[in-house]
Amino acid sequence: MKNAVISVHDLVKKFGSFVANDHLSFEVYEGEIFGFLGANGAGKTTALRILSGLSAPTSGKVLVAGFDAARDPEKIKKNIGYMCQKFSLYNDLTVRENIMLYGGIYGMRKALIRERCEELLERLRFMEYGNRLISDLPLGLRQKLAFSVAVLHEPRIVFLDEPTGGVDPITRRQFWEMIYETAARGITIFVTTHYMDEAEYCDRISIMNEGRIVALDTPDGLKNKYRVDSVEEVFVKIVRSGKISV
Amino acid sequence: METVVEAAGIGKKFGNLSALKDISFQIGTGEVFGFIGPDGAGKTTLFRIITSLMIPDEGKIKVLGHDPVTEFEEIRKHIGYMPGRFSLYQDLSVEENLRFYATVFGTTLEENYHLIRDIYSHIEPFKKRMAGKLSGGMKQKLALSCALIHQPRLLVLDEPTTGVDAVSRSEFWDMLKNLRQYNITIVVSTPYMDEAMRCDRVALIQDGQLLQIGSPGTIRDGFSRKLYSVTAPEKYKLLLALKSFAGTESVFPFGDSVHLTLKEGVTVQAISDYLEKSGVVGVTMRETNAGIEDRFLELMNRK
Repeated sequence: MKNAVISVHDLVKKFGSFVANDHLSFEVYEGEIFGFLGANGAGKTTALRILSGLSAPTSGKVLVAGFDAARDPEKIKKNIGYMCQKFSLYNDLTVRENIMLYGGIYGMRKALIRERCEELLERLRFMEYGNRLISDLPLGLRQKLAFSVAVLHEPRIVFLDEPTGGVDPITRRQFWEMIYETAARGITIFVTTHYMDEAEYCDRISIMNEGRIVALDTPDGLKNKYRVDSVEEVFVKIVRSGKISV
Repeated sequence: METVVEAAGIGKKFGNLSALKDISFQIGTGEVFGFIGPDGAGKTTLFRIITSLMIPDEGKIKVLGHDPVTEFEEIRKHIGYMPGRFSLYQDLSVEENLRFYATVFGTTLEENYHLIRDIYSHIEPFKKRMAGKLSGGMKQKLALSCALIHQPRLLVLDEPTTGVDAVSRSEFWDMLKNLRQYNITIVVSTPYMDEAMRCDRVALIQDGQLLQIGSPGTIRDGFSRKLYSVTAPEKYKLLLALKSFAGTESVFPFGDSVHLTLKEGVTVQAISDYLEKSGVVGVTMRETNAGIEDRFLELMNRK
């Protein structure tokens, strides 16, 4: 039996009369790489905010790392990692200072942070950058570091919101290798992306359209169902058919 | 074909950072010309130079036959520029923004409505809405309409599709294609390699340098090795095994498969034997054609 680390049942989120999330139900399993796809404005960001404890559901039951998103959002925040494309690290702090800061925010002991910090710098072959300001690092390195910092406290789940936007094609692939390694350690990866080739790297993907999850399966499962050769074609079929029905 | 943009040896520095190094290219009338590369490659700096908003440190550039440094007024009359960041007036309505840009360029919405009809019709039902309240896709359509309203001869679009979903991206390119009938030259940048296929010619750009210029077909043909597409149910295991194989020259994940090139003299049989020994099961392997991204990776690796 697979162990669900995210369990969502009948999640509804309304803003006034607008229904951003319309009865979402799904589970994400331990160590899984779960791709969360959808058209712009489909409700992904809203759902992501609820799952990471930043926003409360209007109704429905949402359990993340064993905690209820309506009752214990603070406990959720302690047990997850989060990284997005736009902001993750402080530009005017050094690499080491950022690591110490985030370790502290996650309540890790100082000795442990130091130990993990040096481990991390070595693993990323980052030793020479330890005392450099983030603003001096190339974008690709920054994104890799941001991801490592997001899992510094060994959370059960890490949420990645378009982590590879604008990144060069080599770094993008190195980034996904880090994702694979992390998932192999048992950390669940919950990732959004507009790169449809990256969706193919996921164990399972869901596709949202107009507030609902309209497809959820393995990439191969979806391709078979829609009789196409790529996740991109699945995505286009689903989103286009949604647009026609409106 | 008349040349619309002609750049020779353009260089630009910010402090110690070389944002652009020795950039040379020519763009002809009516072309859709794409600059393809990641963030920080220098695309925006180059576009600011083309649009006369920034002066290069080195090199020569002519836009519509004029020098952007000394004759910027002439150039600005005839270009439409859509910057990467939404830069319309958030506290004006959709229609007010359009009328404002039309007036600044001495024309009216009515006079050039035919140019923007395909694009504007999507947002016209919301013409009374404040621009700041529009969704991302609608902002993009409004910005394009405003850049087009004075019938520019050259349209410069800086990453118009960044952060946009795959379907809306494809629709945006369809709109650009429709502009061909007006003979407007389009210069566009994007970090999405697959969008290269929608351009007549592209320039691959990385770290302030052009890696290659040509039609998408020419660029793909530039890929110099035999390329294999390899699949297995356990993708990560397959990738690690191929990385550890001594006969591997390059290996990159590509969607549902892994793209592989082999060192001189290494046979397909040798690689199947190695994968079998490494315990990777259910392997398929076939030759495949290189895409733009394969070529980009090859050029990056060579540097």
